[in-house]
Amino acid sequence: MSNKIAVQIDDLTVAYNYKPVLWDIDLEIPEGVLMAIVGPNGAGKSTLIKSILGILKPIAGSVRIYGKPYKKQQALVAYVPQKGSVDWDFPTTALDVVMMGTYGSLGWIKRPGQKEKKAALEALEKVGMLPFKNRQISQLSGGQQQRIFLARALVQNASIYFMDEPFQGVDATTEIAIINILKELRKAGKTVIVVHHDLQTVPEYFDWVTFLNVKKIATGPVKDIFNDDNLTKTYGINYKVSIQE
Amino acid sequence: MTSAQFEIQLIACIVAIACAIPGTFLVLRKMAMISDAISHSILPGIVIGFFITHDLNSPFLIVLAAITGIITVVLVEYIQKTGLVKEDTAIGLVFPILFSIGVILIAKNANDVHLDVDAVLLGELAFAPFDRFVVSGFDLGPKSLWIIGCILIITVILLFAFFKELKVSTFDAGLSASLGFSPALIHYGLMTMSSITTVGAFDAVGAILVVALMIAPAAAAYLLTNDLKRMLLYAICFGIFSAISGYWVAHALDASIAGSITTMLGLVFLLLYLFAPNKGIIAVLYREKQQRTEVSLLTFLLHLKNHTEETERHVNHLNEHINWQKVRSKTVLELALKNNMIKFDKNIVSLTKKGEKFTSQAIDYIITNQDAKIEHMKDDFFLFRG
Repeated sequence: MSNKIAVQIDDLTVAYNYKPVLWDIDLEIPEGVLMAIVGPNGAGKSTLIKSILGILKPIAGSVRIYGKPYKKQQALVAYVPQKGSVDWDFPTTALDVVMMGTYGSLGWIKRPGQKEKKAALEALEKVGMLPFKNRQISQLSGGQQQRIFLARALVQNASIYFMDEPFQGVDATTEIAIINILKELRKAGKTVIVVHHDLQTVPEYFDWVTFLNVKKIATGPVKDIFNDDNLTKTYGINYKVSIQE
Repeated sequence: MTSAQFEIQLIACIVAIACAIPGTFLVLRKMAMISDAISHSILPGIVIGFFITHDLNSPFLIVLAAITGIITVVLVEYIQKTGLVKEDTAIGLVFPILFSIGVILIAKNANDVHLDVDAVLLGELAFAPFDRFVVSGFDLGPKSLWIIGCILIITVILLFAFFKELKVSTFDAGLSASLGFSPALIHYGLMTMSSITTVGAFDAVGAILVVALMIAPAAAAYLLTNDLKRMLLYAICFGIFSAISGYWVAHALDASIAGSITTMLGLVFLLLYLFAPNKGIIAVLYREKQQRTEVSLLTFLLHLKNHTEETERHVNHLNEHINWQKVRSKTVLELALKNNMIKFDKNIVSLTKKGEKFTSQAIDYIITNQDAKIEHMKDDFFLFRG
């Protein structure tokens, strides 16, 4: 972890139909952390990611990626949406979905070529999905679909990775495979931000955590702030987790 | 075949191609009903444009109608965003109102001209060759051929230029936005193109049948392939086939050309709905039946694996033990024999090595749900295809 700030959020407020779902968020995410965003349902976790990426328009506040607005830093960022947010019956193959990760660097109109295909195949190899490259995406299991999404993010070769619940509905082997890749990314100096649900695995998987429930409750190193006090503040009930070191 | 007949078929084919391309994306975006809305609500645009230009084939008319199409989409989205009604209700509210404004405008002001409600609903493909495009004495063919031809060329150019943008924003709008391809821009681009195509096709096939030409070929193609490019290609082929065969059906029956084309589209869809190799009803029923048999097979193999005592494995006892009817037992036994999974020894059934391996792998898969080890079994057994 360096002293650089990868993502800087100031006074961010986001509303759906004039109902605020994120209130006045101030957040600094240091470069090189593997960070979990935790909080109850409806806490605005996905909304936070989508606002950082410019998918949702905040009603107030600003987001900066390495000091500049997102639009200028697009190439530095990769995004893995929730698996359920797309139609898996779409007529396309695993390889083609991974290729979509290269579209950002291509820009408008230009078509992907051999270079992009090679990068996509390498990413498929990394997540162990190379044998399935020509499989129609609806013929993949939930875990395999999530790996395809991860490969699509890897192919972007970004500095910051945003992932919306990558462990939802995947089997134990896939979960381990995914977290190992995320840890490798961190080792390579990348910043990884994950919307996460399973509190039990937070200390094992992540080194940084943000507690969120409409407002920011706390953010910092897992070993310092992942405690019953913050969990209770976030989830509103008396929370006890056993932290295994 | 006379030159008029040829021209009508050519126009019908070009209309079909021009409709199939945006139609494919509308179907994949689950927006089929929006094309219905657009096709009706562009009417006031056409009527107002007609009053101004007094020419049904004026480009100004197309622009005006396309704007009305966009207004429809914006209105539907606006009403839906209030959260008071759902999308289908919003569509159902907007387009009849705009359409009826058009109907009233026609009835009040255009009683004595070519523009009438019948033509609006069903088109006048048969009359298309009469309206010629003449430049300083040269006859360059029917006007509507030129209009729809230009629209097709623009559509094809846009498709080739923005294929990847259309694909990614249709499949995953979130990713598309994060990559810098504004889904809203692509959405409204597609809507504009759909509106323009609808106006261009309107004169030939009318408001109701434009929808069929946009949706039916794409829906049929979707049943046949898992590849977006092929889906586009098949949709275009179905469109062309229906246009030509529809024309000759109309010719033979002396019926409406547009009506016959749509009937052919319906037939194409029906045939694929029944007989498409993987997604058709018959294929699905067959797969379900096979899956049932395979589950029985697995139950039977597991029974053999778990019981070493000979009484449990005697052929005559199988029916009563596993509690199946004779026919079913016979199918299952045959399937197991065909795959060399069981062997008989004096009417005592036992697993072969292959059968043993198959059973443990299958059970493993069912318990752990990890399909890495059973990939090779997917080709032979539906059960493992998820």
